[in-house]
Amino acid sequence: MLRALFKFNGGVKPQTHKLDSVRESIGQIPLPAELVIPLHQSIGGTPRPLVKAGEKVFKGQMIGAADGNVSAAVHASTSGTVKAVEMRTMAHSSGLGTLCVVIEPDGEEAWIETRPVAWRSLPAGEVRDILRDAGIVGLGGAVFPSHLKVQGSRSTKFKTLIINGAECEPFITCDDMQMRERPAGVLRGAAILRDLLQAEEVLIGIEDNKPEAIASMRAAVANLGDTARDIQIVPIPTRYPAGGAKQLIRVLTGIEVPHGRRSTDYGVQCFNSGTAYAIHEALEFGRPLISRIVTVAGNVEAPRNYEILFGTPMRHAIAPTRAKPDSDRVIMGGPMMGFAMPNPDVPVIKATNCILVGSPALFPPPEPEMPCIRCGECAKACPADLQPFELYWFSRAKQFGKAQEYALFDCIECGCCAYVCPSHIPLVDYYRFAKSEIWDREREKAAADAARERYEFRLAREEREKQEKAAKLAAKAAETRAKLAAEAAATAAEDDPKKALIAAALARAQAQKAEIQPDNIEQLTPAQQAEVAEIEARRAQIREIAHTPPENKP
Amino acid sequence: MAHNSPYLLKPASVRSVMLRVAAALLPGIAAYVYFFGAAILVQLALASATALAGEAAILALRRKPVWLFVSDGSALVTAWLIALTFPPVVPWWLTVTATLFAIVVVKQLYGGLGQNPFNPAMAAFALMIVAYPLLMSQWPAAGFADFHTQLGLIFGERALDGITMATPLDALRTALHSEENRATVAAVIAQGASFGTLGGKGWEWIAAGYLLGGLWLLQQRIVTWHMPLAFLAALGLIAGVFHLINGDQFATPLFHVFSGGALLGAFFIVTDPVSGATTPRGKLIFAAGIGLLTWVIRTWGAYPDGIAFAVLLMNIAVPLIDMHTQPPVFGHKKGDGA
Amino acid sequence: MISAILVMALGAIVLGAALGYASIRFKVEGDPLVEKIDAVLPQTQCGQCGFPGCKPYATAIAKGEADINQCPPGGEEGIRKLAELLGREVKPLSEEHGVEKPKSAAVIDENLCIGCTLCIQACPVDAIVGAAKQMHTVVERLCTGCELCLPPCPVNCIAMVPIAESVDTWKWRYPVFRMMPKEGKAA
Repeated sequence: MLRALFKFNGGVKPQTHKLDSVRESIGQIPLPAELVIPLHQSIGGTPRPLVKAGEKVFKGQMIGAADGNVSAAVHASTSGTVKAVEMRTMAHSSGLGTLCVVIEPDGEEAWIETRPVAWRSLPAGEVRDILRDAGIVGLGGAVFPSHLKVQGSRSTKFKTLIINGAECEPFITCDDMQMRERPAGVLRGAAILRDLLQAEEVLIGIEDNKPEAIASMRAAVANLGDTARDIQIVPIPTRYPAGGAKQLIRVLTGIEVPHGRRSTDYGVQCFNSGTAYAIHEALEFGRPLISRIVTVAGNVEAPRNYEILFGTPMRHAIAPTRAKPDSDRVIMGGPMMGFAMPNPDVPVIKATNCILVGSPALFPPPEPEMPCIRCGECAKACPADLQPFELYWFSRAKQFGKAQEYALFDCIECGCCAYVCPSHIPLVDYYRFAKSEIWDREREKAAADAARERYEFRLAREEREKQEKAAKLAAKAAETRAKLAAEAAATAAEDDPKKALIAAALARAQAQKAEIQPDNIEQLTPAQQAEVAEIEARRAQIREIAHTPPENKP
Repeated sequence: MAHNSPYLLKPASVRSVMLRVAAALLPGIAAYVYFFGAAILVQLALASATALAGEAAILALRRKPVWLFVSDGSALVTAWLIALTFPPVVPWWLTVTATLFAIVVVKQLYGGLGQNPFNPAMAAFALMIVAYPLLMSQWPAAGFADFHTQLGLIFGERALDGITMATPLDALRTALHSEENRATVAAVIAQGASFGTLGGKGWEWIAAGYLLGGLWLLQQRIVTWHMPLAFLAALGLIAGVFHLINGDQFATPLFHVFSGGALLGAFFIVTDPVSGATTPRGKLIFAAGIGLLTWVIRTWGAYPDGIAFAVLLMNIAVPLIDMHTQPPVFGHKKGDGA
Repeated sequence: MISAILVMALGAIVLGAALGYASIRFKVEGDPLVEKIDAVLPQTQCGQCGFPGCKPYATAIAKGEADINQCPPGGEEGIRKLAELLGREVKPLSEEHGVEKPKSAAVIDENLCIGCTLCIQACPVDAIVGAAKQMHTVVERLCTGCELCLPPCPVNCIAMVPIAESVDTWKWRYPVFRMMPKEGKAA
């Protein structure tokens, strides 16, 4: 049963703060007055809304259809009436709006018809579509559409499926509680993934500071018998960020998956334990993803885990835990990688593993930023083996090319470097800044390249049109001349052919002029007509001025 | 502005790092006082006061937060290193000038904390030994601890010879060079009053004090093992090879390690993070380079000790070393992957 | 003396021949400098620089006929990049060529548009669609914000609307320096 584990470099051991929120079982939260469900909840395209204001929806009814393959559907988390489809503040540091479906619950909790999926007899592509339409995304926080991960690599034989129950970040205990209370669901989900991916072994990595979850999962493995074959529960040393996918893969298999490569190319794939549970729900019961377990912790009297419907305002979810009066912010995620929310009314979304209430006492503002003394603490702490202080120098000086050379994009923003920095430099902020600047430049570059291409195409087209026109004119002239010549021959050349040519052209031009009436002035208001007339007059005037000989100009 | 994640921070600060470095110097200072009298305390106080005042003045001129930086302890460490590497009886103005040079020119003019490419204390040492070679070569004999006379040397007229003498390293090289191969290491050491069991009399105990402080810094994880080990190993190795080739002309590795500023340098000077290499391999190369250069300058150079010049020379090479010793990033290691 | 001169002359001839050969052997097709400058320019094709498009402006810069601060859409950042590329001093944007504006896209007021097609002919990147007597519209994704469609419109129905920040284009700001917590006291 004992496995040889591997180590990743770096990492830190902050205080875990996990004990307070695991005293009570996973709770339920009463329905809020309204649910605000953002359509864009996963990496990839924004789903298009399928409902309109005033429509009735059932619980679990699809309200947003996946946009393209890299996207996942969104569902109504309860039954009720759609109040609006409008822009609402997003659960994102930017505080910007995003298109949301606002539902007023009717309190019936009436489910749409669900039925189990016979996934064993379906082709893999169809199962993936079902997962996409069930809105399954990675619940560890990255919200990558899961259906895209349920396929092996063409080049490498698939070997190891990893279920991530490490949950390394302080305060967060949602996976812990799910594995304690619902181990069978997690294991059945893991078994489904094992069969879909045809994995030889399934390793469920759990940090060794969760002995209850480990025991509960082990008991469930024993209970499930053959269903849980090839599944192993592997306790791993507690060290942040052991729950990072790359770090966990390293600890369990010794494989290091480089940035920009798929882990399946190395015969490994990793799912969060909550995702495994959601996949089990989706395939065994046909229930789409409409809720998740969320840890509500931090500066509150009674931290606890709750099963919360997506779209529930965070304020509503915090209420039963009783935030202390000095609370000053709401953070989505943990204290190492979480993001401050623009206000407490933003909704719980698929990425919300934790609602962390902050206060100046709990998370004091950092001491004044001092210059970097190159002490190398950050490099020792970096789990991606980067040189954070070098990245800091380059990001600070906006030398983005150099920053990329030093592998900026291998940074997973785990925050270890800033955690240990004796100079209190907000290192991760510099990396976030540099990354978004680089992305922005890439976008701008792509736009400029596209514009250049379109411009050059236009020039080429104009040139071609000009040539075609010239060719056409020449052909026509030749034709007319031939005709005239024939006529002249017939009428014994009574007139000058050239004159006739000009007359013909004039007549044609006149006909054309009469034909073109560019202004669609039928439906204009009198004011608009007046305006048009005025502009026409102005243009005529300009034309006149342009045509007047220069000496007459004032 | 509200700050962003991570919201949890380790209670570490530049100040606590610097103050612990200073604390680690205390055992060595205690031994210093025991063997050579309280003069060194006067020099430490002089250098500290000058460093702090100089730093405060130039920070005010540069419109930087004065208290924040003066209290970070980095100037204090620089001042102490200057006092500990200079002879304890140099005149007061020499200590003051050297400290001002280190703080104002070498540190602040390059941008202050974290920006200086050279080790300030070693740059000051190099400047002074070039400018005042005589004053910088006069060291008190061990056991000479008459505080009154020492004060006279520091603040008054220069006293007569006899009270001061060359360091063991200096004495050994001078003897070996001047008597044209007739003297042997063993003979010089046997004759010289300043030599002890391992290095110089008294000096070896001070060195042991630094070693103790240095080991504590290792335990505190303020310095990593790379630099002290590479420096001492390189110094010991090259000294050992030459000692084996010609024991009469080249002193033992132990003598080199326990003489001059070797152990002070190993844990407190070479390990300066700001002006040193930062990658693990870079640290090894940087410190080993200093060790080799130190031995070369001690053996064939004209100065009493070679650490200062060795450190400055390797400081120049730091950007190059760092650039070529970048450790492989996660997942990009050679021979890794599928 | 003569032999020295001969040696020097021979050296000059040999080196000159080598250089001449190299210039033919390693001749670069086209003018890479123009391409490089063109790559830095924002490709709005707006003509504010006084040249009919980005490429002609790039050519003029390469020939030394135009300064690097004549491109308002590129803005300060663009000037900085050009200065870096050409090893010149950064200078402020020349005011006679315009001012830097927030990135905008043209929007046609579809109630006012009379379908005259003049803007379609003016658009350098074919970002406006429509036909004669039909209402026109701007494909925002393709619009470079060059404003060339504004003057020909007979009914002034085109407006430049700044492009709003979305979650996809939102950027993390430069971290604020907190080096001087009590600035008033220290200064």
